[in-house]
Amino acid sequence: MKKRAERFRLIEYAVFAAVTVVTAIVCVCLGSVSVPISETVSAIFGAVTGAFTGSAPPETMHASVILAVRLPRVLAVALTGASLSLCGAAVQGLLRNPLADASNLGVSSGAAVGAALSIAFGFSIPGFFQAGTMVSAMVFAFISLVLILTLSYRLDYSLSTNTIILIGLIFTMFASSITSLIVTFAGDKVNSIIFWMMGSLSGAKYRDVVVLAGSLVLFGAVIFYYARELNAFAIGEENARNVGVNVGRVKYAVLIAVSALVGVCVSIGGSIGFVGLVIPHMTRMIVGPNHRRLLPAVTFSGAVFLMLADLAARTVLSPRELPIGVVTSFVGAFAFVLIFYQTRKGR
Amino acid sequence: MLNVTNLTVRFGDYTVVDNVSFTVSPGEWLMIVGPNGAGKSSIISAISQAVPYTGTVAFNGRDIRSLKSKDVAKCFGVLTQKHAVGYSFTVEEVVRLGRYSFSGGFFSRNEEVSEAIIEKALRMTGLEALRNQSVLTLSGGELQRAFLAQVLAQDPPLLILDEPTNHLDLVYQRQIFELISQWVQETERAVVSVVHDLSLARKYGTTALLMHKGKLVGHGPVNDVIDSEHIDPVYSMDVRQWMVDLLSQWQKEGGGT
Repeated sequence: MKKRAERFRLIEYAVFAAVTVVTAIVCVCLGSVSVPISETVSAIFGAVTGAFTGSAPPETMHASVILAVRLPRVLAVALTGASLSLCGAAVQGLLRNPLADASNLGVSSGAAVGAALSIAFGFSIPGFFQAGTMVSAMVFAFISLVLILTLSYRLDYSLSTNTIILIGLIFTMFASSITSLIVTFAGDKVNSIIFWMMGSLSGAKYRDVVVLAGSLVLFGAVIFYYARELNAFAIGEENARNVGVNVGRVKYAVLIAVSALVGVCVSIGGSIGFVGLVIPHMTRMIVGPNHRRLLPAVTFSGAVFLMLADLAARTVLSPRELPIGVVTSFVGAFAFVLIFYQTRKGR
Repeated sequence: MLNVTNLTVRFGDYTVVDNVSFTVSPGEWLMIVGPNGAGKSSIISAISQAVPYTGTVAFNGRDIRSLKSKDVAKCFGVLTQKHAVGYSFTVEEVVRLGRYSFSGGFFSRNEEVSEAIIEKALRMTGLEALRNQSVLTLSGGELQRAFLAQVLAQDPPLLILDEPTNHLDLVYQRQIFELISQWVQETERAVVSVVHDLSLARKYGTTALLMHKGKLVGHGPVNDVIDSEHIDPVYSMDVRQWMVDLLSQWQKEGGGT
């Protein structure tokens, strides 16, 4: 077997980044109105240089569609995909389980309760559009995490991964029942909640892009920092302790970073399932399980996957648009069965 | 080197290790023996901070609980009997993790010294040819050697082994015990190991600690502790006679002298 590099090399960063940029440009070009690549690139370039020089961006119809609608949407989708995929890789490494994901850990469901509550009963923060939903989702993601970890700790001093997964699954069911209860009492907000629950980034704005980018940089840095520790966890928690990893601290830090990132993503894009499950698994097949290579790779591949899923969501049944969560869950369900089958077969 | 004082481990109302004290000095290979449920592995778990305990575990005079996790790993390396690796890491990646306690964060680089120690560990355990192979494809013996190489790469003064050859055939048992026997010859090194095989304990150990129902019932030079007077009541059988009977089978077949 060929030796794998210990870390993600510069050339690999360049290739993954190039694929991500090309995918983003293609996704910006295509849609109900297709725009030539040259016009797309020149509109984006014009807007970027204009931001620095103070000159006005191009004002053609195509440029407006690209700059006001498609570009923020594609960027928000890419950042959401990168974040969810990064969280999935971190959780799978931490819990040494390729079927783990923030969604089956209970954190996404907890965030969903917070967001549904906010939409149904109109919590808001004056002066910050949609900030109520975002803060509510993040707070509930944290509360969920604290509940899951507290219960796990009371049941099992060592906070073993199996206990966390079990409590996470039970919490997911509990949180789903609460969300259903909220929907029952949501009155005329039922449609908004249901559409949000299916996941959509169709109305994403640049402020969403800024929030998503900021949270990815901040909380993603925490996950990247613990790449070596995640390797130790992926080999075995007992082994991690024996080689000198502070298992309690790493577990809390990574899970808090994951819940914060998921909370932000859920509040902006709704529940987008399976990205965090499928992408890390597929990327691991290409770059191997070493998290110093896997984490950068899944960040790019998650972005590419969700951009393509979003493209499919808005073009397959055009002019009707599908919620992005429907596309990812449709693809993800098949992939989940395949992974589960391979995992069982490998025993 | 290692000083364990009044160590008690409880799981709920059940006391699995009851007020055990012992010391380990450089050059010593302490064999912890006793029947199933005697509390042998719980002593190892407590020393490696995997279970809560009362009492004190001190290394070179410093309470282990006051040390950072990385500093504990520099005091001793632990080799357990079972490994369930989740993903297809290569042998080298597993061994390299042994240097974790000497490393920094994401952007740090392994020093030359670490590289040399990793190479030595791979060479000592005969894993150089398998270094790029996935650990998921290894046999039980090869996998145990990979984790032994990881502990050797950790380069601790004290090795703690929990039934390290439990699932291995005779060839690997001998290989691993011989390797550790060579390792402990170097200055200021010691080994603590839990073993079931009393013959292995007598052959390789210098001292022994005999446990029975959570209590320490014998501690001293290995041949003084693993003798009929101490072990027969603990195992409720004539252990020596059993061993002699086993050996006589070989002698009858002409396989021994």
